[in-house]
Amino acid sequence: MSDVEAFIALNRFGLGAGPGDLEIVTEDPAQWLRSQIRADAAIASRLNAFGSSSDIVKDIFEARMTSDKGLIKEVKKKYNKKFRIEVAARMQHAVQSTTPFAERMVAFWSNHFTVSRTKAVTGPILPAFEREAIRPHVFGKFDDMLQAVTGHVAMLSYLDNVVSVGKNSRLGKRRNKSMNENLAREILELHTLGVNGGYTQKDVMEFAKALTGWSFGGYRNRKNKKRRAVHGGFEFNSAIHEPGVKSILGKTYHEGGVNEAKRILTDLALHRSTANFIATKLVRHFVNDDPPPSAIRKIERVFFNSGGDLKEVSQALISLEEVWQEPLPKVKTPYEMAVSVLRAVDGTRVPPNLLAKGLTSMGHSPFNAPSPAGWPDVASHWLSPEALMRRVEWVRTISTRLPATMDPTRLLAQTVAPVASGQLRDMISGAPTTDVGIALLFASAEFQRR
Amino acid sequence: MINRRHFLYGSAMAGLATAMTGPRIAYATAPGENRFVMIILRGGMDGLHALPPYADPYYKKLRPRLAVKAPGFEGGVLNLDGSFGLHPAFEKLLPLYKSKELLFIPAASTRYRKRSHFDGQNILENGTGKPFGANDGWLNRALTHLNDGDQRLGLALGSNVPLILQGGAGVQSWGKSPFGEVDEDFLMRLTYAYEEDKLFSSAFSEARNAPKIPGMDEDAGKGKRKRNKENTNLFAKATAELLNRDDGPRIAVMETTGWDTHFGQAGRLNRLFKQLGSAILTLKHGLQDNWVNTQVLVVSEFGRTAAENGNGGTDHGVGGLAILAGGAIKGGQVVGDWPGLSPRSLYEGRDVFPTTDCESIFKSILSNGYNIGQAVVEDQIFPNSRKSIPLDGLFKGA
Repeated sequence: MSDVEAFIALNRFGLGAGPGDLEIVTEDPAQWLRSQIRADAAIASRLNAFGSSSDIVKDIFEARMTSDKGLIKEVKKKYNKKFRIEVAARMQHAVQSTTPFAERMVAFWSNHFTVSRTKAVTGPILPAFEREAIRPHVFGKFDDMLQAVTGHVAMLSYLDNVVSVGKNSRLGKRRNKSMNENLAREILELHTLGVNGGYTQKDVMEFAKALTGWSFGGYRNRKNKKRRAVHGGFEFNSAIHEPGVKSILGKTYHEGGVNEAKRILTDLALHRSTANFIATKLVRHFVNDDPPPSAIRKIERVFFNSGGDLKEVSQALISLEEVWQEPLPKVKTPYEMAVSVLRAVDGTRVPPNLLAKGLTSMGHSPFNAPSPAGWPDVASHWLSPEALMRRVEWVRTISTRLPATMDPTRLLAQTVAPVASGQLRDMISGAPTTDVGIALLFASAEFQRR
Repeated sequence: MINRRHFLYGSAMAGLATAMTGPRIAYATAPGENRFVMIILRGGMDGLHALPPYADPYYKKLRPRLAVKAPGFEGGVLNLDGSFGLHPAFEKLLPLYKSKELLFIPAASTRYRKRSHFDGQNILENGTGKPFGANDGWLNRALTHLNDGDQRLGLALGSNVPLILQGGAGVQSWGKSPFGEVDEDFLMRLTYAYEEDKLFSSAFSEARNAPKIPGMDEDAGKGKRKRNKENTNLFAKATAELLNRDDGPRIAVMETTGWDTHFGQAGRLNRLFKQLGSAILTLKHGLQDNWVNTQVLVVSEFGRTAAENGNGGTDHGVGGLAILAGGAIKGGQVVGDWPGLSPRSLYEGRDVFPTTDCESIFKSILSNGYNIGQAVVEDQIFPNSRKSIPLDGLFKGA
C-alpha cells in the first residue's frame, strides 16, 4: 500500500493525520477504515457527563415555572456556558479520536438532521441531541436513526411540531388551534425522500396529521392547578392528535396513535427515493461536490437492498474505486480543517476562545447551521475568496501561539508529505521562522483538501 | 542556508509578480450604472419609534412613556408632513428628505403574518412567502439573470453570505477580519505555495485583490462593542468603495443586529438610529457621482407592537417600516396607506396593520433599472406573490 492511500484514508475519510498516523495507516488503509465501522466507535462516552436533554429541559422549565426573572436568567446563563464547554469538549473528542471515520459519519448525520441554535429554544440541548439521537445509530439502521431524531425534543421543537394541533383532536375542537406542517415537510424534503422524491402537498398535510401529538414532557397540570415541569423526553399527547385514517404516498394508515407516524417513518426510511437521496448526499460528501452517477447507483443499491443498513453503506463507500484516486477534489469544512490542525499539533493547547472565534469568523460555528437543510457540502460555499482569507488569517494567528520548538518540516512529513507540491516543500523549508512555516503548511491546499 | 532562503524568497516574489500582473477578469458587458444597497435590520425594528405618527391621537395613548414628543418640544420629532415626524436621532437625514432623496413606507411588512424572527427573516430573504420555501435568496435568483458569465454583481458585507444572497449566482464578499491583517511577506509565500492548485490560487488571488480602504484595518484590535458600533459605518464605506469600481459589484447587502428591543428601547434605538443614519450618509458621500443611480432600501423582518410593554420596550409585531434612500429615489414623501392606530385598526388588536408588502417594494426596485422580465420576477424570484403589486411613484425615472 502506498503513502498516498494512507493520506487519502486519513483525510477523505478521517480528520487529518497526527504524528505517526501515516506510518500506522500505510500498512492497510482500507482495513484501518473498516475497523472503525462498529457501533461503539461512534459513541463519545466522555461527553455523557454533560447530562441528558430530558434533564436539561426539565431544569430550564422548572426555573421558568417560578417566574423568578433572576433565576430564569441564571439558569439560561448556566446552560449557555455548559453549551460552550460541551462544544469545546466535543471538538477535543474529535481531535483525540482513534476512530475519526466514525466521527466524520457523526458529523455527516448531524448535518443531515440539522437542529440549529438559530432557534434559541433548542440551544442548550443540541449537543445532547447528537449524543442521544445520532451517535448510537451511525453504523446501525437508518430507520432507527430517523425514529430517534424525529422523536427527539430538539427536533420536535426546532421544526415546530410541539405546537402542531390536529383540528379534530380533543383540544383542537375546543380551541382554535392549528396544525404545523414544518416537521412533516422537512422529513420528506430534507431527511428522507428529497425534494424530488415524489411526494405532494397532500402527503405533507397527511403526514403532519399523523405527527400531531408527537411532543415532549414539559409541563404537567397538577390537581391544585399548579403546573410543574416533568421531563424533556418524548411524550405522545393524544389530546392534540388528529384522529382518523391517513393516506401517504398512496398507502393507507389506520388510526394508531403514536404508532401511525412510526410506521410512516419506517416506510419512508426504506423507500427507494430515500436510498437515492441519501446515496447522493453521501457520495457528494465523501467523493465529489459533483457526485458521479455510477458511485451514487452503487451506494443507492446497497442502501436499498440492505434496508438502510449504515454499516454496509459505510463499507460500500470505502470500496468505491473513485475514492482512492488523486487529486482530492473536496475542500475541508472549517471545522474539519480546525480539527486537522489540532490533530497535527498533537494536543498542543490552543486557546479555546481562539478556536470559537475562528469557527465563527469562518462561518462554521457548531450547531449554528443557517437552516434545517444544514451546511452546504460544496467548495463553492466554503471557499469564497473572503472565506479563504479568514482561514489563512486564522491559521496564521494559531501558528504564533504554538511552541517555537515545533518543526514545520517534520509536521509536513507527518501530514501532507505524500501529496505535497514542490512549491509547498520549498516554501516550508525556506520559511524565515517556524511559525511562518507552520502557517504555510496549515494554509496549504494540500492540508485543506480531503 | 541564508543563501537558500534568499533564493526561495526571490522565487516567491516571482510567483507574486505573475499573480499581480496577470490579466484582470474581462467582462463581456459592463455591469451597468444602477446601484442597489439593501440594509437588513435583524430583530424587528420599531417603525413607530423611527417614524412617529405624532398627530395620531392614539400614538401617545399606546405609548405613554415611549412616545417621542411632538415637534417643537425639546427632543421632539422632526416634522415631515404634519402627520409623521422623524426621530431626532435621524437629524442628519432630514436634509436628504428635504432634497427628495429619502422616503418612508410605514405599515410595511412581508407576507409573513406571524412573529418568529427566524421564519420572518427567512421569508424576507427567500422571497417565496413561506419559511424555508427555498434554499436560496430572492436577490441571488435575481442575480442569476443579471450576472454575465463569471461576473459577480452581488456583494455581501460581513463574514457570511446572508440567505438573500445565497444561491446559484456567484457573489463577492467583504468582511473585516477579527484576526487582523496577515503580513505581505506571508501572503507572497502562500501565493507561491498555491500555484499548483487552481481552486485555491484563484480564490486567493481574488481575495488578495479585494480593495484596501485606508483607516479601516487599523482598528481591528479594539473592544467588541466598539467594533460592532463601527461595523455598520465601515460596511457602508466598503460598499461605496466597491460599488464605485467600474467592474465592481452593483448590488450589496449589509445587515445590522440589535433591533429586538423588548427592554429599555429608547436609549438603544437612539444609538442604533444614529448609526443607521450615518451609514446612509456614508453611502451617499462615498458613492459620490454614482449616488444619483443608487437606491438604498432599509427593511426589517417585521415591526413591533403598537403599545409599549411594561419594560420600556415593545414586542414583536407585524407592521413595520421600510426606508428608501438614494439619488434615484423620488424622495420627500411618506408612501402607502396609513391604517391608523385606533384599537379597531390594529392587526389582531396589537400590531400596526400591514398595508404595503415588502415584496411590492422589492419588485419596484427590480423593475427600476434592472432588466428582468416580469414573468421571471413573478414565477421565479417571488413565486405566488401576484397580489403584491409593484408600487408606483417611488423613483425619479418612473
